[in-house]
Amino acid sequence: MGDEVILLNFWVSPYGIRVRIALEEKGIKYENREEDVNKKSPLLLQMNPVNKTIPVLIHNGKPICESLIAVEYIDEVWNDKSPLLPSDPYQRSQARFWTNYVDTKMYEIAVKIWKSEGEEKEAAKEEFLECLKLIEEQLGDKPYFGGDNLGLLDIVLVPLICYTYTYNIYGNFINETQYPKIIAWSKRCALKETVSKCLPEEQRVKEVFSKRRQDLNK
Amino acid sequence: MASEHGEEVKVLGKWSSPFSNRVVLSLKLKGVAYKYSEEDFANKSDDLLKYNPIHKKVPVLIHKGNPLPESLVIVEYIDDTWTNNPLLPQDPYERALARFWSKTLDDKILPALWNACWSDEKGRDKAVEEALEALKILQEALKDKRFFGGETIGLVDIAANFIGYWVAILQEIAGLELLTIEKFPKLYKWSQEFVNHPVIKESLPPRDKLFAFFKASASK
Repeated sequence: MGDEVILLNFWVSPYGIRVRIALEEKGIKYENREEDVNKKSPLLLQMNPVNKTIPVLIHNGKPICESLIAVEYIDEVWNDKSPLLPSDPYQRSQARFWTNYVDTKMYEIAVKIWKSEGEEKEAAKEEFLECLKLIEEQLGDKPYFGGDNLGLLDIVLVPLICYTYTYNIYGNFINETQYPKIIAWSKRCALKETVSKCLPEEQRVKEVFSKRRQDLNK
Repeated sequence: MASEHGEEVKVLGKWSSPFSNRVVLSLKLKGVAYKYSEEDFANKSDDLLKYNPIHKKVPVLIHKGNPLPESLVIVEYIDDTWTNNPLLPQDPYERALARFWSKTLDDKILPALWNACWSDEKGRDKAVEEALEALKILQEALKDKRFFGGETIGLVDIAANFIGYWVAILQEIAGLELLTIEKFPKLYKWSQEFVNHPVIKESLPPRDKLFAFFKASASK
C-alpha cells in the first residue's frame, strides 16, 4: 500500500504504549523512533509545535498528536480489520466517555499517588480504587472492554494497570481478591502478543521510576 | 423537526455554561427537537444524580433513556446519530485535526482564558501572557477559513464557543483586552461570524443576562 508510518515515542510512556498496541492490533508496519525527552528532535518540535510531546504518529508525513486521537485515526484509516470502537453510536459514545474517564481522572490520581506522601498518598490510593471498581463494573463478564477483542478502553487501561498493578510501581495497593475481573482481564491482555510486545520490561521501568523518585526527592 | 428516531431527546444543562451550550448548538444545527431542563447546582435534581452519578455535572444528554455526559463526547454522539449537517469532516486526517483542536481548547485554551479573566493582581501578568499565547495558536489553526469547519460550523467552532462569545463578556468585566480586532484580526472576525450565524445567534444565552451573572460572581 506504500504507507509510511512513523511513531515518535519514548519507550516508557504509557501514552506511546497506547498507540503501539493500536498499530499492532491492526497489523500496521511502522517505525518506532525513540525521542530523548530532554533533547527533543527537530522533527518532534516541527510535528507537534503546540505541545512538543510524544507520542506523535506520522502517517505519510502528516502528524497526528495526542495518543487517543491517534488511536481513533488508526481505527478509521485501517478500518478493514480489528475495529477498536463499536459501530453503534451509543456504544461508541460510552467507550469514549469511559476512556476519557480513565485518561483524565485515573491517570491524574496515579500521578498524585506517585508525587504525594502519607495521608495524601493513602487518600489518592483510595480514590484510585474507587475508580477501578467503577471500571470493573463496565467490564462485566466480557473478556475485554471491547467485547471479544481489544477496544479503545482496553488500550487506555493496559499501560495504567500494568504500571500500577503488574509492575507495582506505586507499591502494592491493589488487592487481587477485591478486583478479580480486572486482574483476570489484565492477565488476559498480557497474553496477547499485540500487547506484550508493546509493554516495556519490568526491570527497566522500575529503574526509570526509581531514578525519577530520587530526582523528585532532591 | 422531531427526532428522526422518534424518541425523546432531553438535555440537562445550565444556561450560563458554555459546555451545556455546545450541546444545544449541536442539536439546533441539526434541527433536532429536544426538551431542556435547567439544573440548579445548589439543588441538584434527581434526574442529574440519576443520569450522571459519576460527575454530577451538566451537560447530560438523554436519548432513548440512555444518558451521556461530557460535552465533546455528546457532540460527537449527536454527529454520529443525526447525520445531516455534519459537524466533523469525512476525511480521517481532518477529523483527527478537529479532535486535536477541540481537545486543545478544553485542555489549554479555555483554562488560559478563564484564568486570565479571573486572575488576581499577583498572577495577572503571567495569566494574560498565557491567554494571549493560547489565542495566538488558536488563530493559527483557523488560517484563512471562515469557520474552523470551513464554510460551515464544525466541531471546533462549537468547542470554541467560549472564545467566540463568553470571552468578550468576561474580558470586559475583568477590564482586560484579550480577544480584540487589533491583536487577533482573523480570530476576532471568526468570533463575529460565529455569533451572527443564524442558528448560533438564537442559541446563545442573552448577553445582558450573562454579563450580569458573571459580574455578580466577580464581586463575591
